[in-house]
Amino acid sequence: MLQGLKNKKEIIKLRAEILHKIREFFRKRGFVEVETPFLLPYVIPESYIDAIKAEDGYLHTSPELCMKMLLASGYKKIFQICKCFRKGEKGKLHLPEFTMLEWYHVEIDYNALMRECESLIIFLCRELLGKESIKYREKEIVLTPPWHQITVHEAFKRYGSMSLHDAVDRGLFEEIMVYEIEPKLGIEKPVFLKDYPVSMAALSKLKDNHAERFELYICGLEIANGYTELIDMKEMKKRLKIENEKRKKLKKEPYPMPEGFFFKVKQLPDCSGIALGIDRLVMLICNEEDINNVVAITPEDLTYC
Amino acid sequence: MYTASDLRKGLKIVINNEPYIIIDFQFSKPGKGQALYKCKLKNMITGVIIDKTYRSIDTFQPADLEERKMQFLYKQDDQYCFMDMETYEQVFLTEEQVGDAKNFLIDNLEVEVLFFEGRPIGIELPNFVDIKVVKSEPWVKGDSVSSNTKPVVLETGYVIRVPTFIEEGEKIRVDTRTGEYVTRIKE
Repeated sequence: MLQGLKNKKEIIKLRAEILHKIREFFRKRGFVEVETPFLLPYVIPESYIDAIKAEDGYLHTSPELCMKMLLASGYKKIFQICKCFRKGEKGKLHLPEFTMLEWYHVEIDYNALMRECESLIIFLCRELLGKESIKYREKEIVLTPPWHQITVHEAFKRYGSMSLHDAVDRGLFEEIMVYEIEPKLGIEKPVFLKDYPVSMAALSKLKDNHAERFELYICGLEIANGYTELIDMKEMKKRLKIENEKRKKLKKEPYPMPEGFFFKVKQLPDCSGIALGIDRLVMLICNEEDINNVVAITPEDLTYC
Repeated sequence: MYTASDLRKGLKIVINNEPYIIIDFQFSKPGKGQALYKCKLKNMITGVIIDKTYRSIDTFQPADLEERKMQFLYKQDDQYCFMDMETYEQVFLTEEQVGDAKNFLIDNLEVEVLFFEGRPIGIELPNFVDIKVVKSEPWVKGDSVSSNTKPVVLETGYVIRVPTFIEEGEKIRVDTRTGEYVTRIKE
């Protein structure tokens, strides 16, 4: 018990160092750290992300909307470290309240963003661990760039028991992804899983038959999700409506459309953006397998038992 | 009615009209995709263990289970008879339903009988039961070089290892969860 507590204190200390170094990385590169409201009158409707109600609105599920408002008003490079809230997400890799690092960079596409993400994590490991590798789940993951890339289509072909097309068709995308593909991703070197099917574009730009969206995996752990941003607001509105329709089909409550956002934001500059889970990054750097071990206080710590 | 977000270790639900208890639970959610709720479930009647993966749209019927304190009366053939001490109602369980608990089931022992939709399906023993040793070979020091315990037979027929000083006719306390000797009972 005492040993565990001591370890946790060390982890929390390292976590604070990680946050400090992330800020250093972005400041050096000319980013402005921003803070945006947590309490919003609306959230981005997404089929499988549920917001927590608060007062007459919601706690944000990510700072995406507000940061995009800032981009539309002329900010060019911004980052934010904040708590995000998602109802019902609780497991070894999920907390209903978790810490997100989100950053946006104008005039670059998702390829350049992947490289920026690489640089950040290499910088953190060099500064904090004194090496360019991570030891996780008994594996040594080498961080030397460039990191691997694999398209979603190719990942299903290589690691899945069925093709991407069949998996989507039969509603088994998540099963194949979680139980067959994810454990194989980013084992020797981190890997960017990229080019999602159009139906999973979220708010990314479409190109040819895919979405310019990627997820970063390190040793099977999903760390970040980024894309070349969709900048056409009419198209964005259309996609949000589709997500709300999907929610209704899933018997979930649809969310109010972010009309206030669309009133202010007519067009986004060309840009890319990424959300990175800080808790999972700390898990990686500290070689911890349970997200509850890298936060100072867990939801369970607050209950009476 | 439970929804998938209620699923957790220890929850009891009905699948195909039989009660199951979740013995292992894992929440997964890839990217912006659907949440998966992977459960290992144990059938509370047959003991069979199955794996199932649920999604947030799935709903579950809570298992209607009730525990009642009852006293073990007797065993006849394959049937174990228990009685509710307040209503004097008697119920019967098969040897299979009683399971390993039979090793510690002495006459008049108070146990919890588990009912599913009004039918008895199993029992839960107290953690400790005091049981009489009915057969023990006399122990001569030096009989064995390897051990300071010996096997004895309990009144239930169960064979257990105890310290060599335990003699036939004595009572010992047994931990029913591990099936191991705890201490000698002086009467």
